[in-house]
Amino acid sequence: MRKLKNIFFVLIFSVIVLNSSNSAEKSPPFLETKWTFKGLFGKFDRASLQRGYQVYTEVCASCHSMKYLTYRNLAEKGGPEFSEEEAKAIAASFEVTDGPDSTGEMFVRPAKLSDKFVMPYANEQEAKAANGGAYPPDMSVLVKARKGGADYIYSLLLGYSEPPEGVELDDGVYYNKYMYGNKIKMPAPLSDDLIEYTDGTKATAEQMSKDVTNFLMWSAEPHLEQRHKTGFRVIAYLIILTVLVYFTMKKIWSRVEPKV
Amino acid sequence: MSNHEYTPSSKFGKWFNDRLPLLTLANHLTDYPTPKNLNYWWTFGGILTFCLITQIVTGLVLAMHYIAHADMAFSSVEHIMRDVNYGWLLRYVHANGASMFFLAVYIHIFRSLFYGSYKSPREIIWILGIIIYLLMMAAAFMGYVLPWGQMSFWGATVITNLFSAIPLVGESITTWLWGGYSVDNPTLTRFFTLHYLIPFLILGLVVLHIWALHVPGNNNPVGIDIKKPSKDTVPFHPYIVIKDAFALLMFCIVFALFVFYQPNILGHADNYIEADPLVTPAHIVPEWYLLPFYAILRSVPDKLMGVVAMLSAILILAALPWLDTSKVRSAVFRPLFRQFYWILVADVLILGYVGAMPAEGLYLLIARVATAYYFAHFLIILPVLGWKEKTTPLPLSITEPVLGGSPNLAAARSDEKIEKTIK
Repeated sequence: MRKLKNIFFVLIFSVIVLNSSNSAEKSPPFLETKWTFKGLFGKFDRASLQRGYQVYTEVCASCHSMKYLTYRNLAEKGGPEFSEEEAKAIAASFEVTDGPDSTGEMFVRPAKLSDKFVMPYANEQEAKAANGGAYPPDMSVLVKARKGGADYIYSLLLGYSEPPEGVELDDGVYYNKYMYGNKIKMPAPLSDDLIEYTDGTKATAEQMSKDVTNFLMWSAEPHLEQRHKTGFRVIAYLIILTVLVYFTMKKIWSRVEPKV
Repeated sequence: MSNHEYTPSSKFGKWFNDRLPLLTLANHLTDYPTPKNLNYWWTFGGILTFCLITQIVTGLVLAMHYIAHADMAFSSVEHIMRDVNYGWLLRYVHANGASMFFLAVYIHIFRSLFYGSYKSPREIIWILGIIIYLLMMAAAFMGYVLPWGQMSFWGATVITNLFSAIPLVGESITTWLWGGYSVDNPTLTRFFTLHYLIPFLILGLVVLHIWALHVPGNNNPVGIDIKKPSKDTVPFHPYIVIKDAFALLMFCIVFALFVFYQPNILGHADNYIEADPLVTPAHIVPEWYLLPFYAILRSVPDKLMGVVAMLSAILILAALPWLDTSKVRSAVFRPLFRQFYWILVADVLILGYVGAMPAEGLYLLIARVATAYYFAHFLIILPVLGWKEKTTPLPLSITEPVLGGSPNLAAARSDEKIEKTIK
């Protein structure tokens, strides 16, 4: 009986541990949507990642940087998996300053696969000045940097509404029920048919939010698919080995009393 | 500590062993007589050794790619996560490995508390263990600072600021620790150096810990002294080795679940935001394994006394062999102690819980009561219990329980129930 009690306590302990990292301020429950990247074999929806990149580059990228991503990532396995030509073309549509050249001058050239994503502003100060004093956060690991992760980002993108009675908003401040403190300096970024998807998908606000959140999840966790794949193999291997070791142990201990 | 002198069979072996008795050591480790009734709570020593080695090996490789500079630390971690081959795996194993290490050490410590493993003649093993635990906390804290995220920076600020509570010299000590007037690049580089150093100190102490263990031999669930070697013992190899291996594999499955499927659940989202000295996070909380002590720290209104209370909460453990006055080791034969033991477990869990909550209102009240109880357990309950408690009769040996065996003894053995539950 006491052994059971021990295990019971260990369980409680882990529950508390897991909960303590989750318990957040009271905010409405996140909007529900199905993510393909969750679960034991979770993978990204390739088409959604490609559309997500389109949303990012046509909408988000005008204010938000993505400084840890490289154009080559777009063609890498486990990501949007654009073809190398497509990724090269995407890179070439941006300009980067390089140099100094042999005469000591800096020069501008089209970006290559090995270049980092070009940033919308030269520095944080410029970004703030252009956005009413608020710094649009870098989006590379944004999903992991917010409690609630992908669900939070998705809900936030769709969480704009008129402020309830009695809530006064300053100029350039918007009401969002999922935002910490409900006040956000980013105006609602997505609305139906804001962009035209190259694959013909109807660009509803929900669709765009989902696609771009998928894309952000990938950018924060580019090796997620490999992680899930390796994880499954590792755990399967461990379970088989554990069973074998268990029977070996039984055999060895059968020579003595008490048994294990 | 085997009685017979070991002689290698080969001539070269003998020549070598006379000059450096490594073979004698190996022989001692294989033959080491171990009580045969050790249950699965005894497998965590081996698991902890595994954790330490894992942390050292993954940490070594991470250090090859990490840059300890305030401007580059965060992006070097992202570089590891994105561009280093299996960097994501190394980092997630290392980060979750710290949590697994503490999970195992807490089980190890509470096993000791239950079966009275800290009592004579094992006081030195126990005290070495407390020093290892302290060093682990230091290493873990400094390791958490290295990614230079928001929690890294502000956690470092809060903890180093504790030293400023020391009267007269506090401010100077804090400045000296920081290497400046706030947590900044010099702080990061020294934390990195120390974070690299401490695991090797721990490794040395672990050797002493095991050495000290091999003098009296393992305690056991019945808690009585046994003759070694005898029919109460089995040789370490293969009996304990295979059992430790089985338990370690089970542990690794849990470990792998975290690493591959929930690698960030034990961390804090804010640490994926680069450190910004101008923006304070809404709640600054340490990692889960430090929460009970954080709760004790915050439950005392005075800063200096809070620090004193927090440190005493750990150091009081070093005095435990003398605070617990009972001659009986195992809780199996101490009906009253057993109840207080579980209350203590609950108390520490409650402290951990309120440590994660804001220090206000009901939470603060609970934290204060729980802190008071924590100290009362060690300073009042344990000494008094030793005098007052009526213990149940001890068996003479593991194989020959007193008068045909008590039900308690059966429970003390590694019974089949737990095995089924684990399976």
